[in-house]
Amino acid sequence: MHISELLLFYIISYCMLNHLLYFLSFSSIPVVKAATVSGSDMANPLRSEVRQLYKNLLFLGREYPKGADYFSERLKSAFMKNKDVTDPKEIRKLVDRGEFVIKELEALYYLRKYRAMKKRYYEEELSTMLNIG
Amino acid sequence: ENTKIRVKPDHSGVVTDGVKHSMNPFCEIAVEEAVKLKEKKLIKEVVAVSCGPTQVTETIRTALAMGCDRGIHVEVSGKDYEAMGPLQISKIFAALAKKEEASLIILGKQAIDDDCNQTGQMTAALLDWPQGTFASEVTIDGEKVKVVREIDGGLETIKISMPAVLTADLRLNTPRYATLPNIMKAKKKKIANMKPADLGVDMVSRVEVLRVDEPPTRLAGVKVETVDDLVAKLRANGTI
Repeated sequence: MHISELLLFYIISYCMLNHLLYFLSFSSIPVVKAATVSGSDMANPLRSEVRQLYKNLLFLGREYPKGADYFSERLKSAFMKNKDVTDPKEIRKLVDRGEFVIKELEALYYLRKYRAMKKRYYEEELSTMLNIG
Repeated sequence: ENTKIRVKPDHSGVVTDGVKHSMNPFCEIAVEEAVKLKEKKLIKEVVAVSCGPTQVTETIRTALAMGCDRGIHVEVSGKDYEAMGPLQISKIFAALAKKEEASLIILGKQAIDDDCNQTGQMTAALLDWPQGTFASEVTIDGEKVKVVREIDGGLETIKISMPAVLTADLRLNTPRYATLPNIMKAKKKKIANMKPADLGVDMVSRVEVLRVDEPPTRLAGVKVETVDDLVAKLRANGTI
């Protein structure tokens, strides 16, 4: 792996951390209430999807760098913020955004582990490349 | 990665009680490679094996969630587990390989707790199978495996016959995350349970740990304001 790729990993992982926090603070991921005003049939299958999304995110949040509690608090408030959204198209968009956050978290965890292993076992390689020591 | 490692007061080892255990990162890469080969329909079935106390079933469940078909838990606990090392594990793997009629054994190049880097090699030796270690690329070509190996100063490409042992290096692949839906689906998969004695393996260690110590504490660095200060300090401690 070249030094430029290594730097890219550092930059990406740092950006992802801030990016994810932004998502969790400001994204409107909805919780569809049982007795929704619209009475649409679409609400029910979406309801279980939203629930599953919440569970999946909560599961992933256990390994969040700033702690599982920090994550679950922000996850809950992010969902609660849009609990009154009823338009199925809008809900679909927001669920998709939640799926995107899942992918970002997986990438973050992978990069963190990769970076730790690389640092622990391949540092000699790096210093040789940079002509240090 | 955030847990502070502590040496036991009697210096016999490291404190492991209450410390969260997870799959060895290099073994995650090995599992991923096996699952990938199955997804390409180059191998029929992937069996995940782990040796240790009850907690290792969690690790096997992770492997099943990543796509392995079934698991085998070889139960080792107490003093046997504390003394367990590459030799005992490779004997277990060799016995299982014969029993299961495996064509490939894929494992991580080394465990990050003991950094032995021996299990793969020993397993191959016990079975008299060829080995492709430090693999950064694996290609199955009929009854042969092409392995690109990471070696000092570069890469080496070899072709070995199956059955064979492969050990995974960091750049082999990007392991998938075991998400909640995957873990739920994997609950249906079976994990067989057995003891080393069932495989005719003796767990007696040939190695005795005499003492474990922490590395010496690093001395604090000294900050200086100017280049002149730096030169003065270096002269003072006799470096220049």
